[in-house]
Amino acid sequence: MSKVRIEVVDRREFLIVSGGAAAALMAGFVGGAHAKIDPADENAFLQQITKGATPTEGKVKLEMPEIAENGATVPLKVSAESPMTADDYCKSITIISTKNPAAHVCTFHFTPDSGKAWASIRIRMAETQEVWAVAEMSDGSFYIGKTTVKVTIGGCGG
Amino acid sequence: MAKARVKVPKKAKKGEVITIKTLIKHKMESGNRKDRKTGKKIPRHIIDRFEAKFNGKLFFASDWQGGVSGNPFCAFTHKVQESGEYEFMWHDEKGEIYTAKAKITVA
Repeated sequence: MSKVRIEVVDRREFLIVSGGAAAALMAGFVGGAHAKIDPADENAFLQQITKGATPTEGKVKLEMPEIAENGATVPLKVSAESPMTADDYCKSITIISTKNPAAHVCTFHFTPDSGKAWASIRIRMAETQEVWAVAEMSDGSFYIGKTTVKVTIGGCGG
Repeated sequence: MAKARVKVPKKAKKGEVITIKTLIKHKMESGNRKDRKTGKKIPRHIIDRFEAKFNGKLFFASDWQGGVSGNPFCAFTHKVQESGEYEFMWHDEKGEIYTAKAKITVA
Protein backbone atom coordinates (compact mmCIF):
# COMPACT_ATOMS: atom_id res chain seq x y z
CA MET A 1 0.00 0.00 0.00
CA SER A 2 2.56 2.55 1.09
CA LYS A 3 4.63 1.86 -2.01
CA VAL A 4 1.68 2.66 -4.22
CA ARG A 5 1.09 5.95 -2.42
CA ILE A 6 4.66 7.04 -2.89
CA GLU A 7 4.42 6.30 -6.57
CA VAL A 8 1.32 8.45 -6.94
CA VAL A 9 2.94 11.40 -5.17
CA ASP A 10 6.04 11.07 -7.33
CA ARG A 11 4.01 11.07 -10.49
CA ARG A 12 2.12 14.20 -9.48
CA GLU A 13 5.30 15.98 -8.55
CA PHE A 14 6.72 15.01 -11.88
CA LEU A 15 3.64 16.36 -13.68
CA ILE A 16 3.84 19.66 -11.80
CA VAL A 17 7.57 20.07 -12.38
CA SER A 18 7.71 19.07 -16.03
CA GLY A 19 5.61 21.18 -18.34
CA GLY A 20 4.09 20.78 -21.78
CA ALA A 21 4.89 17.80 -23.90
CA ALA A 22 6.42 15.61 -21.21
CA ALA A 23 3.39 16.03 -18.96
CA ALA A 24 1.04 15.32 -21.83
CA LEU A 25 3.03 12.21 -22.72
CA MET A 26 2.94 10.95 -19.13
CA ALA A 27 -0.77 11.68 -18.88
CA GLY A 28 -1.25 9.70 -22.07
CA PHE A 29 0.53 6.72 -20.49
CA VAL A 30 -1.02 6.92 -17.06
CA GLY A 31 -4.50 8.29 -17.44
CA GLY A 32 -5.63 6.50 -20.61
CA ALA A 33 -8.90 7.75 -22.05
CA HIS A 34 -9.52 10.21 -19.21
CA ALA A 35 -6.33 12.18 -19.71
CA LYS A 36 -6.54 15.33 -21.77
CA ILE A 37 -3.70 15.64 -24.21
CA ASP A 38 -2.64 18.56 -26.36
CA PRO A 39 -4.42 17.84 -29.68
CA ALA A 40 -1.39 19.05 -31.64
CA ASP A 41 1.06 16.74 -29.85
CA GLU A 42 1.65 13.87 -32.29
CA ASN A 43 3.74 11.82 -29.85
CA ALA A 44 1.14 12.01 -27.08
CA PHE A 45 -1.57 11.06 -29.57
CA LEU A 46 0.48 8.13 -30.88
CA GLN A 47 0.97 6.87 -27.31
CA GLN A 48 -2.77 7.17 -26.71
CA ILE A 49 -3.72 4.98 -29.69
CA THR A 50 -1.00 2.37 -29.09
CA LYS A 51 -1.75 2.42 -25.33
CA GLY A 52 1.89 3.17 -24.63
CA ALA A 53 3.40 0.54 -26.96
CA THR A 54 6.07 1.52 -29.48
CA PRO A 55 4.93 0.62 -33.01
CA THR A 56 7.28 -1.43 -35.21
CA GLU A 57 8.49 0.23 -38.42
CA GLY A 58 7.26 -1.53 -41.55
CA LYS A 59 4.24 -3.37 -42.98
CA VAL A 60 2.51 0.00 -43.54
CA LYS A 61 2.86 1.75 -46.89
CA LEU A 62 1.93 5.43 -47.02
CA GLU A 63 1.82 6.96 -50.50
CA MET A 64 1.72 10.74 -50.83
CA PRO A 65 3.19 13.20 -53.34
CA GLU A 66 6.71 14.46 -52.57
CA ILE A 67 5.61 18.02 -53.24
CA ALA A 68 2.07 19.30 -52.71
CA GLU A 69 1.34 22.66 -54.29
CA ASN A 70 -1.98 23.04 -52.53
CA GLY A 71 -2.10 22.01 -48.87
CA ALA A 72 -5.91 22.19 -48.83
CA THR A 73 -6.20 18.87 -50.61
CA VAL A 74 -3.33 16.41 -50.65
CA PRO A 75 -4.02 12.87 -51.93
CA LEU A 76 -3.11 10.02 -49.60
CA LYS A 77 -3.10 6.26 -50.13
CA VAL A 78 -2.36 3.88 -47.31
CA SER A 79 -2.13 0.11 -47.04
CA ALA A 80 -0.96 -2.48 -44.55
CA GLU A 81 0.38 -5.98 -45.21
CA SER A 82 -2.16 -8.37 -43.78
CA PRO A 83 -3.83 -11.63 -44.92
CA MET A 84 -7.23 -10.13 -43.88
CA THR A 85 -8.64 -13.45 -42.67
CA ALA A 86 -11.14 -13.85 -39.80
CA ASP A 87 -8.37 -14.42 -37.23
CA ASP A 88 -5.55 -12.35 -38.71
CA TYR A 89 -6.45 -8.94 -40.08
CA CYS A 90 -5.62 -5.27 -39.85
CA LYS A 91 -8.18 -3.61 -37.57
CA SER A 92 -7.41 0.02 -38.26
CA ILE A 93 -5.01 2.55 -39.74
CA THR A 94 -4.73 6.01 -38.17
CA ILE A 95 -3.26 8.97 -40.05
CA ILE A 96 -1.22 11.38 -37.89
CA SER A 97 0.05 14.81 -38.86
CA THR A 98 3.18 16.15 -37.15
CA LYS A 99 2.63 19.87 -37.93
CA ASN A 100 -1.14 20.43 -38.29
CA PRO A 101 -3.18 22.14 -35.51
CA ALA A 102 -4.55 18.65 -34.72
CA ALA A 103 -2.38 15.53 -34.86
CA HIS A 104 -5.31 13.19 -35.55
CA VAL A 105 -6.34 13.44 -39.21
CA CYS A 106 -8.47 10.33 -39.65
CA THR A 107 -8.80 6.63 -38.81
CA PHE A 108 -9.85 3.83 -41.16
CA HIS A 109 -11.54 0.78 -39.63
CA PHE A 110 -11.27 -2.49 -41.55
CA THR A 111 -12.89 -5.92 -41.26
CA PRO A 112 -11.95 -9.23 -42.92
CA ASP A 113 -14.75 -8.39 -45.44
CA SER A 114 -12.68 -5.38 -46.55
CA GLY A 115 -10.50 -7.83 -48.50
CA LYS A 116 -7.51 -5.51 -48.24
CA ALA A 117 -6.28 -3.06 -45.62
CA TRP A 118 -6.26 -0.23 -48.13
CA ALA A 119 -7.83 3.23 -48.24
CA SER A 120 -7.46 6.50 -50.06
CA ILE A 121 -8.46 10.01 -48.91
CA ARG A 122 -7.47 13.66 -49.37
CA ILE A 123 -6.13 15.61 -46.43
CA ARG A 124 -5.25 19.16 -45.38
CA MET A 125 -1.65 20.04 -44.61
CA ALA A 126 -0.66 23.25 -42.83
CA GLU A 127 3.01 23.13 -43.86
CA THR A 128 5.86 20.85 -44.95
CA GLN A 129 5.88 17.91 -42.59
CA GLU A 130 6.14 14.21 -41.89
CA VAL A 131 2.93 12.16 -41.96
CA TRP A 132 2.56 8.92 -40.00
CA ALA A 133 0.26 5.96 -40.58
CA VAL A 134 -0.23 3.59 -37.63
CA ALA A 135 -1.81 0.18 -38.19
CA GLU A 136 -3.38 -1.89 -35.45
CA MET A 137 -3.47 -5.64 -36.15
CA SER A 138 -6.03 -8.09 -34.75
CA ASP A 139 -3.34 -9.62 -32.48
CA GLY A 140 -2.85 -6.23 -30.79
CA SER A 141 0.46 -5.36 -32.47
CA PHE A 142 1.14 -1.91 -33.97
CA TYR A 143 3.08 -0.96 -37.10
CA ILE A 144 4.06 2.46 -38.41
CA GLY A 145 4.88 3.92 -41.81
CA LYS A 146 6.10 7.48 -42.45
CA THR A 147 6.50 9.86 -45.36
CA THR A 148 7.43 13.52 -45.83
CA VAL A 149 5.50 15.99 -47.98
CA LYS A 150 6.74 19.43 -49.02
CA VAL A 151 3.82 21.85 -48.96
CA THR A 152 3.96 25.04 -51.05
CA ILE A 153 0.74 26.70 -49.78
CA GLY A 154 -0.68 25.58 -46.44
CA GLY A 155 -4.27 24.43 -46.32
CA CYS A 156 -5.51 24.92 -42.78
CA GLY A 157 -6.65 28.56 -43.07
CA GLY A 158 -5.48 31.24 -40.72
CA MET B 1 -27.06 20.44 -48.85
CA ALA B 2 -24.72 17.60 -49.04
CA LYS B 3 -24.59 15.68 -52.28
CA ALA B 4 -23.03 12.23 -52.28
CA ARG B 5 -21.57 10.36 -55.23
CA VAL B 6 -20.48 6.73 -55.17
CA LYS B 7 -18.76 4.58 -57.75
CA VAL B 8 -19.32 0.84 -57.39
CA PRO B 9 -18.79 -1.75 -60.15
CA LYS B 10 -22.11 -3.22 -61.39
CA LYS B 11 -20.74 -6.76 -61.56
CA ALA B 12 -18.05 -8.79 -59.82
CA LYS B 13 -16.84 -12.37 -59.53
CA LYS B 14 -17.35 -14.23 -56.27
CA GLY B 15 -14.41 -13.54 -53.97
CA GLU B 16 -13.20 -10.55 -55.99
CA VAL B 17 -11.85 -7.54 -54.10
CA ILE B 18 -13.42 -4.42 -55.61
CA THR B 19 -12.59 -0.75 -55.07
CA ILE B 20 -15.36 1.64 -54.07
CA LYS B 21 -14.96 5.39 -54.49
CA THR B 22 -17.09 7.91 -52.61
CA LEU B 23 -17.35 11.68 -52.67
CA ILE B 24 -19.63 14.06 -50.77
CA LYS B 25 -20.12 17.81 -51.02
CA HIS B 26 -19.38 19.26 -47.60
CA LYS B 27 -17.27 22.23 -46.49
CA MET B 28 -15.60 20.30 -43.64
CA GLU B 29 -15.10 23.57 -41.75
CA SER B 30 -12.11 22.75 -39.54
CA GLY B 31 -12.67 25.47 -36.93
CA ASN B 32 -9.20 26.91 -37.61
CA ARG B 33 -10.25 29.31 -40.35
CA LYS B 34 -10.99 32.99 -39.63
CA ASP B 35 -13.59 35.19 -41.27
CA ARG B 36 -11.61 37.76 -43.30
CA LYS B 37 -14.02 40.62 -42.48
CA THR B 38 -14.67 40.09 -38.77
CA GLY B 39 -11.45 38.28 -37.80
CA LYS B 40 -13.52 35.80 -35.81
CA LYS B 41 -12.98 32.08 -36.05
CA ILE B 42 -15.50 30.21 -38.18
CA PRO B 43 -17.04 27.48 -35.99
CA ARG B 44 -16.09 23.89 -36.70
CA HIS B 45 -18.60 21.88 -38.72
CA ILE B 46 -17.45 18.60 -40.20
CA ILE B 47 -18.57 15.09 -41.09
CA ASP B 48 -16.84 13.00 -38.43
CA ARG B 49 -17.90 9.47 -39.34
CA PHE B 50 -18.32 7.50 -42.55
CA GLU B 51 -19.73 3.97 -42.67
CA ALA B 52 -20.05 1.41 -45.46
CA LYS B 53 -22.42 -1.54 -45.13
CA PHE B 54 -23.10 -4.48 -47.42
CA ASN B 55 -26.47 -6.24 -47.01
CA GLY B 56 -26.75 -4.53 -43.63
CA LYS B 57 -23.30 -5.58 -42.35
CA LEU B 58 -20.68 -2.95 -41.59
CA PHE B 59 -17.41 -3.75 -43.40
CA PHE B 60 -15.59 -0.41 -43.48
CA ALA B 61 -15.76 2.78 -41.42
CA SER B 62 -13.69 5.91 -41.03
CA ASP B 63 -13.45 8.61 -38.33
CA TRP B 64 -12.63 12.05 -39.68
CA GLN B 65 -11.18 15.14 -38.06
CA GLY B 66 -10.61 18.71 -39.27
CA GLY B 67 -7.57 17.54 -41.24
CA VAL B 68 -9.74 15.87 -43.89
CA SER B 69 -10.17 18.04 -47.01
CA GLY B 70 -13.40 19.77 -47.96
CA ASN B 71 -15.73 17.73 -50.21
CA PRO B 72 -14.21 14.57 -48.72
CA PHE B 73 -13.23 11.78 -51.06
CA CYS B 74 -12.75 8.31 -49.65
CA ALA B 75 -11.92 5.07 -51.46
CA PHE B 76 -11.70 1.57 -49.95
CA THR B 77 -12.13 -2.09 -50.86
CA HIS B 78 -14.66 -4.86 -50.35
CA LYS B 79 -14.42 -8.61 -50.88
CA VAL B 80 -17.62 -9.55 -52.71
CA GLN B 81 -19.16 -12.95 -51.89
CA GLU B 82 -22.74 -12.47 -53.07
CA SER B 83 -25.08 -10.10 -54.88
CA GLY B 84 -26.52 -7.36 -52.75
CA GLU B 85 -26.83 -3.74 -51.82
CA TYR B 86 -24.38 -1.27 -50.40
CA GLU B 87 -25.38 1.49 -48.03
CA PHE B 88 -23.06 4.40 -47.36
CA MET B 89 -23.61 6.82 -44.47
CA TRP B 90 -21.95 10.11 -43.64
CA HIS B 91 -22.58 11.38 -40.11
CA ASP B 92 -22.43 15.13 -39.67
CA GLU B 93 -21.30 16.48 -36.25
CA LYS B 94 -24.60 18.35 -35.99
CA GLY B 95 -26.55 15.09 -36.19
CA GLU B 96 -27.43 15.06 -39.87
CA ILE B 97 -26.96 11.82 -41.79
CA TYR B 98 -26.45 11.63 -45.54
CA THR B 99 -26.88 8.31 -47.33
CA ALA B 100 -26.25 6.72 -50.70
CA LYS B 101 -26.98 3.23 -52.04
CA ALA B 102 -25.64 1.02 -54.82
CA LYS B 103 -26.22 -2.53 -56.04
CA ILE B 104 -23.82 -5.21 -57.22
CA THR B 105 -24.41 -8.51 -59.00
CA VAL B 106 -22.16 -11.53 -58.58
CA ALA B 107 -21.93 -13.40 -61.86
